[in-house]
Amino acid sequence: MCTVVPISLTVGANRIVPTVAIPYPLGNPALDPADEKELRRKLVEKALKALQTEVTEQTVFKDE
Amino acid sequence: MSKTRIVHYINQFYAGIGGEDKADVPPEKRDGIVGPGMALSKALEDVAEIVGTVICGDSYFSENEESASKVILDMIKSYDPELVVVGPAFNAGRYGVAAGGVAKLVTENLELPVVGGMYIENPGLEMYKKYGYFVETGNSAATMKKAIPDMVAVIKQVIAGEEVTGYVPKGIRVNFFAEERGSKRAVDMLLKKIKGEEFQTEYPMPVFDRVDPQPAIKDMKKAKIALVSSGGPVPKGNPDHIESSSASKFGKYSLKDIDNFDSSNGETAHGGYDPVYANEDLDRVLPVDVIKEMLKAGEIGSLHDYWYATVGNGTSVANAKKFGKAIAEELKADGVDGVILTST
Repeated sequence: MCTVVPISLTVGANRIVPTVAIPYPLGNPALDPADEKELRRKLVEKALKALQTEVTEQTVFKDE
Repeated sequence: MSKTRIVHYINQFYAGIGGEDKADVPPEKRDGIVGPGMALSKALEDVAEIVGTVICGDSYFSENEESASKVILDMIKSYDPELVVVGPAFNAGRYGVAAGGVAKLVTENLELPVVGGMYIENPGLEMYKKYGYFVETGNSAATMKKAIPDMVAVIKQVIAGEEVTGYVPKGIRVNFFAEERGSKRAVDMLLKKIKGEEFQTEYPMPVFDRVDPQPAIKDMKKAKIALVSSGGPVPKGNPDHIESSSASKFGKYSLKDIDNFDSSNGETAHGGYDPVYANEDLDRVLPVDVIKEMLKAGEIGSLHDYWYATVGNGTSVANAKKFGKAIAEELKADGVDGVILTST
């Protein structure tokens, strides 16, 4: 899970989930705490989904 | 001009003593050329002379490095050389390590230039490349025909006192003055790139591994998940003192008593981004609150008891690789099925 996707591609990650921002990849301090947590949950769900998806090459899991 | 005196270091195999069964022979010296020294000497006949050859069994060297080094150094010194050539060792691991070890010995004790040859993946090259001009060779002796002229070219440059090219970078910076300033050179490079012309980077990227994607997790409700991060998430106070940049280590921390991060129990050790948001709520870097809820709700089977953290800020690829390997081995041993890696 990373914000700068080109770096993850360069270093060879196979399942990549883009995140929010460099200092808070899994959050957003501008949101109220409940919404921020919901955002984080969605991202982690996406990561778990990526782990359950067969891939044959480097894959970026973008928004559906 | 008198010819440059060269001593050549080779192993038992290239000296014609024998293969693995003779790898335990102690060091010996012979006047003049032996084995591959023949081709080297012919190509160098105008400028240099191989005055002596020092031979040592590869196993003997690795098992008796200290005593063998002393003997080999004395043997090399006895010929009063001006340059030492080691190998080529191709992809022979112990030969590479021995040849590299001799290069180090010569560099540190005799302050003479060393030229060698090795396959790029020979462990001896990574260990000792800073102690000599090592030419990249093929991976077996079948490429001797290519290795010799490449080594000869470097040897000739060294003897002539010219700029040396065509060797594996030693990882040592050399200062020089460029005619154009950096911004101009960068823009020139960019324009060439856009035009599809060749250009030479001033900052080559390291070579990164590629790993085959692992199979998908079939049933997340039974899977064991672990959290790992290069964003520096550590317990409050950074107990292991992980460096804010160029990290030399990673930390392993228990998730047992943490269900949710706040400013009292977590912080980031990372010095490459604004830490304010992570220090307020480290879940923004390592999603412990969410993963613990998922665990309770049965959305994942289990959670690995620890999280692993390092700082990916200016950290060398070699260190990162070392950390990754160590962490992966622990995760595998603990039966982890999937890992969420977060980075900042």
